[in-house]
Amino acid sequence: MAEAGLTQGGFGATARRDAWWLEMLPTIILIGGFSIYATARAFEGAHYLAGSYLSPFYSPLIDPDHKWWPLSPAVLILGFPLGFRVTCYYYRKAVYRSFLADPPACAVGEFWGKSYIGETRFPFILQNLHRYFLYGALVFLVFLWHDVWKALWFDDGFGIGLGTVIMAVNTSLLTLYAFSCHSLRHIIGGRLDCFGCAKAGLAQHKAWSLASLLNVNHMWFAWCSLVSVGATDFYIRLVATGAIKDLRIL
Amino acid sequence: MAEATLRIFRGDQGGGTMKDYRVPVAPGMVVLDALHHVQGHQAPDLGLRWNCKAGKCGSCSAEVNGRPRLTCKTRMDSLDLTQPVEVRPMKSFPVIKDLATDVSWNYQVNKKIPPFQPREGVEWKMQQHDVDRVQEFRKCIECFLCQNVCHVLRDHDKKAEFGGPRFFVRVAGLEMHPLDGADRIPLLKDALGIGYCNITKCCTEVCPEEIHITDNAIIPLKERVVDEYYDPVLKIVKKIFSAGR
Ligand code: SF4
Ligand code: SF4
Ligand code: FES
Ligand code: FES
Repeated sequence: MAEAGLTQGGFGATARRDAWWLEMLPTIILIGGFSIYATARAFEGAHYLAGSYLSPFYSPLIDPDHKWWPLSPAVLILGFPLGFRVTCYYYRKAVYRSFLADPPACAVGEFWGKSYIGETRFPFILQNLHRYFLYGALVFLVFLWHDVWKALWFDDGFGIGLGTVIMAVNTSLLTLYAFSCHSLRHIIGGRLDCFGCAKAGLAQHKAWSLASLLNVNHMWFAWCSLVSVGATDFYIRLVATGAIKDLRIL
Repeated sequence: MAEATLRIFRGDQGGGTMKDYRVPVAPGMVVLDALHHVQGHQAPDLGLRWNCKAGKCGSCSAEVNGRPRLTCKTRMDSLDLTQPVEVRPMKSFPVIKDLATDVSWNYQVNKKIPPFQPREGVEWKMQQHDVDRVQEFRKCIECFLCQNVCHVLRDHDKKAEFGGPRFFVRVAGLEMHPLDGADRIPLLKDALGIGYCNITKCCTEVCPEEIHITDNAIIPLKERVVDEYYDPVLKIVKKIFSAGR
């Protein structure tokens, strides 16, 4: 029977029979939704403090009284977590596939043709700066864990509220996300060719093995921590606006 | 006996048609068996490549219902047999005849890679924990399915600038070898164009040997390229340390 034999090029051209475009949807919905919510919240500049709870979008809190910075304090720090996620090896894959359709799915045609530059030139060559954002993220984690510590203290002393638990879960997920990072896996040991020949080689091998173990789940930590950051901020906003009362557990 | 329709590409690089063949389906049958049935009973001139029928020689690569697969590892009962099973040659390589493609470009790329070179004065001893990592890369059977699916080659036709995932796996196996002393990082960046890879992982998805091509070979190699070319702070730190020595 006569039919075009060889698969032709062009956007969406494929001999695949499954609904390949379905793979793109969760990424578009989650990243799109989060971006809209996070932008709105970062510029809101209010309801980020509820008692001892501080929203992760606003941590570390800089110049909340607007002595020298007129805009929302979140805007000052936004670039670091944003840059960390944008240059993350996992999100790169997700965004290239779902937002740039480059490729939209495996063995499915696309529209960029010969003009494709990959990560060889501006702007995508900047993805190579990921490790610098990692260093920033590690500093942010110190602040976030400090926030969890502060969330253990109420007007009447030590305690645990639902907010404390939410903040602790969120910071744990963010920690797992950062510690499963590909760049970290490289820096703490992966860069070596011979662990046995290096100084403290065994310790570096252990660190690399642990990072490799976490790295297998990097995608899950990326998504879970994204959702948890949004959810933590949302909870704190609800408490801060008085829409709900924080549940005191202890 | 149950039957299925195989719709096979017949032709060459100049063009061709998809032709239907009815084949009996036996339990445990794979697509390669069905192709052999066609070749044995209906189309003795059907061009296809195979060797081991055990997923180890990497010869029988093709596209089954649009998915790059080893035909000897694709069971008929994993496919929807109510519709014709479409078998096409790998899209990224020129078709010689029917399902046989000319993969010789890969051998040209391979020649660019300096082979294993022992470090000067190396002690010929390796610890297991030092070789664990590179053993994964040795599993490659050179089926070239990853090369076929990679959009840099398949859609953007960057054969002149890009080496492709199979050769990043090979370079990773050499670069991370505990006894090797050659430096292939400039080659990776320039002649093999690792920067064209946008880590979208289709190679990993199709690899029949389940090598974590992107996570364990390409990304670690990209990080080594960053060390060498895109990390000014590391450069300064290295300079200070080497000056202090
Ligand atoms: S991850 Fe890189 S090498 Fe693998 S298929 Fe995608 S672009 Fe090609
Ligand atoms: S890396 Fe995997 S897919 Fe690529 S040639 Fe080797 S075995 Fe085949
Ligand atoms: S690779 Fe994802 S955070 Fe570094
Ligand atoms: S025939 Fe050897 S891998 Fe399929």
